Amino acid sequence: MEILQIVAIGIIATLFAIILKQQKPELAIYISIAAGLFIFFLILGQLSGVIDILSKIVQKSQIDTIYLSTLLKIIGIAYITEFGANICRDAGEGAIASKIELGGKVIIMVMALPILAGLMEIILKIIS
Amino acid sequence: MDVNIIFKIAIVGILISILNQVLIRAGREEMAMMTTLAGIVIVLLMVIDLISDLLNSVRSMFRFYY
Repeated sequence: MEILQIVAIGIIATLFAIILKQQKPELAIYISIAAGLFIFFLILGQLSGVIDILSKIVQKSQIDTIYLSTLLKIIGIAYITEFGANICRDAGEGAIASKIELGGKVIIMVMALPILAGLMEIILKIIS
Repeated sequence: MDVNIIFKIAIVGILISILNQVLIRAGREEMAMMTTLAGIVIVLLMVIDLISDLLNSVRSMFRFYY
């Protein structure tokens, strides 16, 4: 049962972070980073099975694999961006957090642009 | 990846804050500052490995092949 582990780690890390926040807020941030990373690594094992099955389905249905890889990249960017932004916001730096989110949005847009261009091409082909 | 790292960070933090209090009471403000700095660097060295691990595993899982 991974979920019990995740909840237990979250609660323990929160307790430590609260204890440290009164004395040393800069070390409390490290605890939240470590807890977040640990929970992510617990999730990662589960997620790899899902991604394997998804890529198998894509291969069977003969969809271009570039769509799946773009989608996965976008999910990864979204996760990393959210992680960084949340840590910055926890530390009280809302401005830096919004800049990280802006960067993530721009990079996701750049990644999604080829798909959009492909869609436009198909639409133009149908129209003509 | 081990859960012990969270406990390690918490222990370092509590020790540093106790040392800090003692040193400030003893009138050694500059030593207290140094202990704080040392603690932060030690914990940063622990966490930086985790962060690089995170970035590498996200890169391999979500197929960021540049």
